[in-house]
Amino acid sequence: MYVAVKGGETAIRNAHRLLADRRRGDRTLPSVTIEQIVEQLGLAVDRVMAEASLYDRPLAALAVRQSRGDLIEAIFLLRAYRTTLPRFGTSVPIDTAKMLVERRVSATYKDLPGGQLLGPTFDYTHRLLDPSLIADTPVEEPERREATGDAVMRVADILAHEGLIESDGEFPEDHQAGDITREPMEFPMPRDLRLQSLARGDEGFLLALGYSTQRGYGRTHPFVGEIRIGEVEVEIEVPELGFSVSLGRIQVTECQMVNQFKGSAKAPPQFTRGYGLIFGQSERKAMSMSLVDRALRAEEFGEDITAPAQDEEFVISHSDNVQATGFVEHLKLPHYVDFQAELALVRKMRADIEAARNGDNPMQEAAE
Amino acid sequence: MDIAEQTGPDQAERRRTVGLLARATPGELRTAWETLPEKPEAKPIRGPETGLVMVRGRIGGGGDPFNLGEATITRATVMLASGTAGHAQALGTNKEAVRLAAIFDALWQEPGTRDFVERELLSPAEARLAAEDERKAQETAATRVDFFTMVRGED
Repeated sequence: MYVAVKGGETAIRNAHRLLADRRRGDRTLPSVTIEQIVEQLGLAVDRVMAEASLYDRPLAALAVRQSRGDLIEAIFLLRAYRTTLPRFGTSVPIDTAKMLVERRVSATYKDLPGGQLLGPTFDYTHRLLDPSLIADTPVEEPERREATGDAVMRVADILAHEGLIESDGEFPEDHQAGDITREPMEFPMPRDLRLQSLARGDEGFLLALGYSTQRGYGRTHPFVGEIRIGEVEVEIEVPELGFSVSLGRIQVTECQMVNQFKGSAKAPPQFTRGYGLIFGQSERKAMSMSLVDRALRAEEFGEDITAPAQDEEFVISHSDNVQATGFVEHLKLPHYVDFQAELALVRKMRADIEAARNGDNPMQEAAE
Repeated sequence: MDIAEQTGPDQAERRRTVGLLARATPGELRTAWETLPEKPEAKPIRGPETGLVMVRGRIGGGGDPFNLGEATITRATVMLASGTAGHAQALGTNKEAVRLAAIFDALWQEPGTRDFVERELLSPAEARLAAEDERKAQETAATRVDFFTMVRGED
């Protein structure tokens, strides 16, 4: 029989001291700075911000450093930090049409106002490891060209002129935007709450779900209307001033997915849409989010719900990697008493079967 | 006390000032502070304190709002000996920078120091931001695809 005990304080203390040592690594090498992580591992930092649902690059970089590059651990750290801060307010909705665009591509229109702007992309690289990066060789300054100053028009607005696409997404007038950090999760969940959940959801999970829709599990016939990455102003109403002021800028990635039609006897067919919006630069996640957003609208469009990506309870309940890792990883914590119970049970079952076989006749149900 | 009443018609100017103070670098704020001939007494009214702002997006880019995620924000309110209140807030967690920004917000509201704040802080910060935006826009423009039509076989 297992008897409850306590202990392990010294072991835990020493384990954490060992962790700190391993985190630092070889002391003859310089320690990596927060600034270096922000500047040179920026996309890891962005992923941590997006999935922690907290925009702060230096803090996300600190989390990456503290977690030894384990990004889910870093996300967990930043989420935990977030809970220590009061909320001062809610921003005016950011305006992605006024984005200072660093990248914008459309897969649906070749020539569109503002043009195809590739920006700093991995696309069209050959995915060959570059040995020149082993040494710290100097890097060329970027090429420049006179900016046209043309407005970078939204693809949805081009299609909207002809009524060929559904509108951006409106609720009845009395709808207040919900907040998953303040209210318990309930299903069915309105689209605003789903988008908030997806925006902080695990990139790998959303990628796999998005991929599954392409392979036929809840097909949505997607085209990338456009992807844009760049900085937008964050403004807040200041009661002391009586008007909204800028707090500074944040970088976001937006994906407008254009999907196949929905129409009815009354309304002619239109393209439908999926939307993705992510903190920082994260095209893969924004695309995955927009695919899953569209798949989750199956019921709204009267489509059959047959695939995992269309099942909102399944998708939303399992997209948060902090929750997921907490529940999976708790299995490694001591379950000594639970396991003793199971052990006693299986021994009894075996003993009962043995006894029945020997004709002691303690009845069949003992084994059930 | 209602600062909006104090500012009255130059709301747009105040908006510009507060926005630039939010985006001035800690270095720019410190340099301007060091250049200031007479450092005013500034009594802290609130903060500097760090908290969160819930950043909202719009469904589809232009539809109804949804909560995208939070950002760190630091804010401060100070009062000068003259009774002018200064207010500042900026993304991030730099309390000292925001405290200085609040002092400069107050100094900007006072006729005697407005020109100094404009000359030593706002104008240089505005010029730097514009130059950064221009550089980024030019670097992005260099990655714009110029399509050309392939000439077909017929001579």
